[in-house]
Amino acid sequence: MRIANREKFIKALKDLVGDGNVLSSPEDLVCYSYDAAPLPAGNLPDAVVLPSSTEEVVGLLRLAQAEGIKVVPRGAGTNLSGGTVPVEGGIVIQLTWMNRMEIDSRNLIATVEPGVITSNLHSAVEEMGLFYPPDPASANVSTIGGNVAECAGGLRGLKYGTTKDYVIGLETVLANGEVLVTGGKTVKNVAGYDLTKLMVGSEGTLGIFTKIILRLIPLPETKRTLSITYPNFQDAAASVSDIIANRILPATLEFLDKVTINCVEDYTHIGLPRNAEAFLLIEVDGSKSDVEWEAKRVAEICSRHQPLAVKQALTLSEAMSLTLARRSAFASLARVRPTTILEDVTVPPSRLTEMMSEISRIVQKHDIQVGIFGHAGDGNLHPTFLTDERDEEEMKRVEAAISEIFEVTLKLGGTISGEHGIGLTKMRFLPWEARPSGLKAMRVIKDGFDPQNILNPGKIFQL
Amino acid sequence: MNPEDFLSCMRCGLCLAVCPIYRELGIEPASPRGRVALIRAVAEDRLSVTKNFAQYIYGCLDCLACVNACPTGVRANELVSGAKVQINQEFPQPFLIRLALQKVLPSSKRLGLSLLPFHLYQQISLQRVVHRLKVMNAFSEHWRDLEYLLPPLPRKSIRDQLKEVVPARGVRKHRVGYFLGCAQDLIFTSTALATVAVLNENSCEVVIPKEQKCCGMPHVGYGEIEQARELARHNIDVFTGVEVIVTDCATCGSFIKRYPALLKDDPDYFDKALAFSRKVRDIAEFLNQDINLRQDFGAVKGKVTYHDPCHLARGQGVVSEPRRLLNLIPGLELIEMKEPDWCCGGAGTYLLSHYDLSTKILGRKMANIAATNADFVATGCPGCQLQLRLGVKRAGLKAQVIHPIELLDRAYKAA
Repeated sequence: MRIANREKFIKALKDLVGDGNVLSSPEDLVCYSYDAAPLPAGNLPDAVVLPSSTEEVVGLLRLAQAEGIKVVPRGAGTNLSGGTVPVEGGIVIQLTWMNRMEIDSRNLIATVEPGVITSNLHSAVEEMGLFYPPDPASANVSTIGGNVAECAGGLRGLKYGTTKDYVIGLETVLANGEVLVTGGKTVKNVAGYDLTKLMVGSEGTLGIFTKIILRLIPLPETKRTLSITYPNFQDAAASVSDIIANRILPATLEFLDKVTINCVEDYTHIGLPRNAEAFLLIEVDGSKSDVEWEAKRVAEICSRHQPLAVKQALTLSEAMSLTLARRSAFASLARVRPTTILEDVTVPPSRLTEMMSEISRIVQKHDIQVGIFGHAGDGNLHPTFLTDERDEEEMKRVEAAISEIFEVTLKLGGTISGEHGIGLTKMRFLPWEARPSGLKAMRVIKDGFDPQNILNPGKIFQL
Repeated sequence: MNPEDFLSCMRCGLCLAVCPIYRELGIEPASPRGRVALIRAVAEDRLSVTKNFAQYIYGCLDCLACVNACPTGVRANELVSGAKVQINQEFPQPFLIRLALQKVLPSSKRLGLSLLPFHLYQQISLQRVVHRLKVMNAFSEHWRDLEYLLPPLPRKSIRDQLKEVVPARGVRKHRVGYFLGCAQDLIFTSTALATVAVLNENSCEVVIPKEQKCCGMPHVGYGEIEQARELARHNIDVFTGVEVIVTDCATCGSFIKRYPALLKDDPDYFDKALAFSRKVRDIAEFLNQDINLRQDFGAVKGKVTYHDPCHLARGQGVVSEPRRLLNLIPGLELIEMKEPDWCCGGAGTYLLSHYDLSTKILGRKMANIAATNADFVATGCPGCQLQLRLGVKRAGLKAQVIHPIELLDRAYKAA
């Protein structure tokens, strides 16, 4: 679907949001044809619009609806599933100018506009002794609107949950320009269907958020960091199960596999044992006395499972050096080959060992290079494929391996996407997990909200 | 340009968080990821080199923040330099810029002559008259800022003030080459004199080859990479017989350290460039690492805050060294500002080419500086010094902008 009279349309957009807030040069369009997903170039939008208010978003959607033009909402474009790629053209609505926030410390609530940068929210609430736990790796640039649309996760999922656990109210502009207000400033709310939760993770296909109400919690007083290396993965996994079985919920429970450990060591030379099969990074947080006791318990439990080394940081700078390995994991892997594909399959934590050995079997079978790191606490793995997009034959093997990994994930009771979303890159696989009944329900919902299919078309599932 | 360079961009967007331009303008083509995508689109014939393309490319400050943040090590600034060469093929630089790059910058004499009108303006007291009569008030803030930009010019260039070899005080222990940046030679002569004096105090004989020329950085900044290579070869040839080559200009230092990359396809010069670049040290680096610094300082009273020049902190990894020097000075208290390594918006000629944007970025920096209440703003880059001097005036602060080496020199003299 292309726009018949482009000039007239651009003029109409400019009338709505002001000349400076419409981008339409060929250079601009190239810059809005991608996000962080490894997809080929060439999906150009027809224009990019930067609204500053709910009213402007309403105007844009009414115009789009009247003209039958597709609309793709976008924050900072850091999602990994192609969710903001305008596959059917139309207008990209970038919401970064809508970036006001208001913190209600008496009710532990933040009301933010979608363009607020995640880390700006973090620092604003932390200054007041409050805490917004979801922390996707892109938090320094990603927007809350994007985080809600993708239901972003991060390192603290096990103890604190993900974005969906904090969104309690939304103002959403629907495809026809109507403003839908759901939830509110109360933690409890059972008035009708939970439309707020339905919107979280809807990947821009049901509406455009213009206001987001988030629940906050008190900032933990302190934290303690440990790192443990193991000669084999089973011991690491057994330690993780043992920690949780002992009723300790670490805020962070991250791991690196052998390939990742070696890539990190190549890149940073921080002295990780190259023969280690697993590296765990554990952070416990809470009150001073709890943290002290929990850190001691965690160290004891890990020591029972034949580790190579158990390190506990006593100072902030020691903690920084322990977390360096985890923090450099992605950069270390991404430097190995020209193309990096990051997956986010997730299994119940008790199935981690099986999952790891299945992945290594599949990787060996297809003769490809994969490093695995991830959130051991919540079962969310990031198998990272190190490849070269110019090598067609190798890319075929990579694709075959990914699809086999998805199959195994589902067999183990997991999900094909823990935190990146379906977007374009996993559309093909969603039917495996959602089954016909799930897809049918999603189609009915989509049709109810957006019968003309103008909002982020071509994403999540085929209509 | 090597295709791997843009292929390794995963478009993760982490560079957007640290790009001062993106943080001000908030649009993708004004971000490192956007520029890399544009450059790739041109290389793959999906876009042509247009004026609009050029405008986005020239939006880059070359502050290297994105290079530091990039998980895969994409050097977006170098891709930008490559794109500027392409742009010049389509749209040659205006006559005056070409004249400046080809004829004026490579010659200290001509560069000095080009400053003559400004010199006269200051020397015959016209500037004082203009200021007293508040003539500048009739102009917009933009013009008032430009009028203020150039600090009082010295009567004589360093080349005219100093001999080619300045002997060490006492016994000579080192023979040090001094790479004299254009700004130090003609504008901030007090910095150059302080550098030479501090080196002399520390048993260094200083060699200042009169034939040395501009480092070539401005040429790369305007897409004239061949001229930069010529200057590089010339400078490599004139610095012979010294153990180390010291510079007190962050930009010159970061650029001449990368001469090997600039000359990688020149079989006659690549090895020489390697040997040359291994000798290069920023003055703060040299004083910290290569010698036993004399520490018989007198007091310099006041509070100082330190601004990290992009080309020193990220360009050369020199972060702790200048701070250590400042901390050695009795009476001087170092107060860290917030975001000390956030670009000041100076970036060579950025204030001239992008006035509004440059002053916005400067505003962020000045707010952080003002919060320290410092008497001195120390920074090891003449470009930053010019910009921060303007910033201090715009913000109505009292602080003096100064190169750290001058504070060190004052401390020796106060002993």
